[in-house]
Formats: sequence, structure tokens, C-alpha cells
Amino acid sequence: MAAAREAAVGLDLARIRAEFPVLSRQVGGRPLAYLDNAASSQQPACVIDAVSEYARSHHANVHRGVHTLSQEATSLYEGARETVRRFVNAASSHEIVFVRGTTEAVNLVAQSFARPRLQPGDEILVTRLEHHSNIVPWQLVAAQTGAVLREAPIDRRGVVDPGAFRALLGPRTRLAAFAHVSNALGTVLPAAELVALARERGIATLIDGAQAVPHLPVDVQALGADFYAFSAHKMYGPTGVGVLYGREAMLAAMPPWQGGGDMILSVSFKGSTWNQLPWKFEAGTPNVSGAVGLAAAIDFLGRIGQARIAAHEQDLLEYATGRLAGIPGLAIIGTAPEKSSLVSFAVEDIHPHDLGTVLDAAGVAVRTGHHCAMPVMEFFGVPATTRASFALYNTRAEIDALHDALQDAIRMLRG
Amino acid sequence: MNLSDLYRDVIVDHNRNPRNRGRLECPTHHAEGDNPLCGDRLRLDVRLDGDVIGDLRFEGSGCAISTASASLMGEAVKGRTRAEAAALFEDVHRMLTGAGEDASRLGKLAALAGVREFPARVKCASLPWHTLKAALAGDAKPVSTE
Repeated sequence: MAAAREAAVGLDLARIRAEFPVLSRQVGGRPLAYLDNAASSQQPACVIDAVSEYARSHHANVHRGVHTLSQEATSLYEGARETVRRFVNAASSHEIVFVRGTTEAVNLVAQSFARPRLQPGDEILVTRLEHHSNIVPWQLVAAQTGAVLREAPIDRRGVVDPGAFRALLGPRTRLAAFAHVSNALGTVLPAAELVALARERGIATLIDGAQAVPHLPVDVQALGADFYAFSAHKMYGPTGVGVLYGREAMLAAMPPWQGGGDMILSVSFKGSTWNQLPWKFEAGTPNVSGAVGLAAAIDFLGRIGQARIAAHEQDLLEYATGRLAGIPGLAIIGTAPEKSSLVSFAVEDIHPHDLGTVLDAAGVAVRTGHHCAMPVMEFFGVPATTRASFALYNTRAEIDALHDALQDAIRMLRG
Repeated sequence: MNLSDLYRDVIVDHNRNPRNRGRLECPTHHAEGDNPLCGDRLRLDVRLDGDVIGDLRFEGSGCAISTASASLMGEAVKGRTRAEAAALFEDVHRMLTGAGEDASRLGKLAALAGVREFPARVKCASLPWHTLKAALAGDAKPVSTE
């Protein structure tokens, strides 16, 4: 029955799963059920092969060689930038800056955009459900400038109310930064609406899209944000590479963040001049193989189809929510009407760390802990949660495995 | 890896019914322990009678392993001198890290032996012991497993 339903949304799961080498692994003598995709997703063979082929046949430093390999590497790297541009529908590839990941992107905006502009008493607005990477960079810049970090509230479902958000956009607010999708709760925020509220008041906006890009189509022009950040490794790509989209006029007005090679036009001891966008923000030899892997991951998503992925993942979410809600003593944390495909939960009297260990022995990989969102844990009054997060390759059978392993864990730990 | 070796009956029992839970009215020493990785937090109160651990209590939120370890630790060190408690800590540490232990000295604490097969959980089991060490050293700063 589960298989029939899965077929109905149009994904050939057996074929898709066969593309991910790690999914054939066993853990603890059981088939691996990898349900920790919000932390990092697995890579399909096409991504692994693209990275490997780059290293085998095309590697050289970019932007500075007249020899063949350097030109090939440059062409692959800049080709990857164009692939990213199309993926998020940016107006120009000059608006696509390769970074280490979402965290680095937020830090870049904090240091290069916010820091020179912020005056004592100015405000930065985030929300209560942010990942630490969208809190701490702002705390750092607030300490450097005397600005104040404020947070928009969430309700008991984990929803950000646009009215409450708007009420906090004041005359001193200079920047609003928020997640597109919450990593700890799964909430999908009304990003375009929040951006519009800020823009009406002339306030710059940054969206942390790390949890959104693998699950829903993202169009930065439709969203209207000034900055949009995401990481490759949560969308079937490699670690160590990510993207900062920045509206061209904003990036052009920002000073470089890091200095070094590749980001300059000329250097002399009298002074240096900066390279054009986006290279002004890419000091040093970039992660070329990572960018190649990211482009392969984007091609993979395009081949499967983001609408079909979303439909399948929503089916998994609905199925998992129903099955887990049936376990006595289990409370789902994060019950927003619009959710991405993850379920965070707490089980009465049982610490998530114990659940995580017992589930692992059954081959079920979940995340336990505070999910780098300690203010969210505090809000819900729990030290930690267990989180099962789904990707396009997950199945209802894996959710059944999670359910059964949870029942076993509860029996074992209740004694 | 065998789960039933980790969650032995003694561990499950001490997690479900922790001994020495709560606060002391007049502790002579106390310390807080923190395992930021999993959010375990522990406060430990100790009353020294001369050089002997007269009484102790712990409270906080923790996983089964850290709770059971704190509970077993309380039973094991009450009535012992500081030096004896420190020696026991060394034995427990050797057991948790697989460095070999003298089971005869460990008594019920030997129930924690299964933890060594689960490296991610060693910090959970050792948190109460580090906290005790900090309390007896009179160190007011919270200890962290990180």
C-alpha cells in the first residue's frame, strides 16, 4: 500500500535510491534508514562522479592560467555559477558568490554589509526560530557596532506571525534576517511576505535558505530579498561549498570581506583595487571541485523535478506525522500548517540521546540534540529533541522502521 | 555493539529511580556540569564531613546514561574520603575508555562498562564524575565535557 501511494506521486524510488551508493549500506546489521537529511543529505553517484572527474581530468587553479587545464577548471567553475544562477533565478551570475556554506554567507553579510552601516542603537531583526548561524553573526556585529539584536516571536506551533514581525520593524531597524524553513521545527516561513514588509520600510533582508533549497523551488527575484544564503551539502551536494546570492546593487556597494588573491584587480603598496562582482568576495583559490559538485546536484534536482520531490516529501511528512503521533507519550514539536519534511519530537521521560543510540542500533539515523537552535529548545521547554528529516530518497518503509525502533526504544528505556 | 549491554537493568533502574536526587540544604561544595553536545546539565551538591563525603545530591536534565551514572556515583562515593573518591573516578574513567579496570573495586559501577562500546556516550557517563571532581576541588566555574 505504501509503495502504491509512493508511485502515485511519480517518483521511481527504487531507481532514485540506486543512484545513492550509501543507501545500500547496512548499519547495525540492518538496512540504513538515513533520516538526518536536514543536517546533511547524501550524494548521488552523479555528484560523486562529477567531483571525481574534475579531480581526475580537469583540476588546476582558476582565473589565472593560459594553459588548458586552468581554462577547463575556470570554465567548470564559472559554469557552475551560471547553473546556480538559473537554479535560484538570479538576474545575473554576478550576484552569485561562492562561499563555504550558509554560515559563511551570513557572516559575510554581517561584516561587509551590516558592520559599516550600523550605528549604536540601530536594530537587526531575526526570529525566535533561527539556527545559531543566523543569530551569532548578528550578535558579533552588534557587539562591534553598538547595534541591538531583536527577535520576532513564534507561537506554540512554531509559526512566525507576520503581524508580530511587522510590529518589530521600527525606525532603527536596518536589516531583517530569517530562515526560509526552520531546521529545528520544519516551519516554512512566509518569506515573500516578510521581505515585502521590510522592503516597504526600506529595510534590507537576508533569507537563510539552507533548509529550503532541497525541498522547494526558490526564485530570489520573486522573493525580493537582498540576500539569500544556502549550502550544497543539504541539497545532495558536497560539503564545504555554498552560495550567497546578493542583489547586484547591494554587493556593488559593499567593501570586500576578506582580502587575498583573486579578489583584486591590482595590488601595490600605495593601495589596491578590487575585482568586479562576484570575485570581489572570493579571496583565495575557491572550492572549485565543490562548485562542480554543487552544479551536478542542481542538475540532479532538475532531472528529478522539484515539484515531484516536494509532493513525495509532503507525503512522507504526512505519513510520519500520523505514525509518530500514534505513539503514547510522544509529542511533536513544531506543528505549523506549512511544514517542510521533518518531524521533531520529544518522548515523555526519555532523553533524545538515548533514543538516538537505540535507533542507531536499528539502522535508523536521526539527529538528537538542540539542532543549533537553543532559543527554540528554550521556548518549548525541552533540552533537546529527536528529529527525523526526510529527503527525496526516503520511503514509507523507512518511517515504519523509525516507528518500530521507537517503540522498542521506549520499551527498553522505560524498563 | 550490543544495546542490552549499554542499557543494562541496573542502568535503566537507576535512570527510572535515581538515588540521591535533589538538593542539599547546606552543601559545603557544589558544582555544575554541562554537556553542550546533548544538552545534559547537572548540579551536584556535596557535604563534606571532615574529609569524608557525608552526603550528596544531584539534579538536572540528562540522558539515561548520565542520570544512572550520577545515581550510581552517589551510592558509590558516599562515606568515602576525597582520596578514595578520586581513585574511584580514575577506575571509572579507565573502564569507560576501555583502558582496563579492576572490576573488584567498582562494584555496581561495573554496570557502566557497556558505555565504552558507544564512544558518543562516554561523555554522558563521565559528566557526573567530572562535576564531582570540580565540586571537591572547590571550583566555582561550571565544568563542560567539551
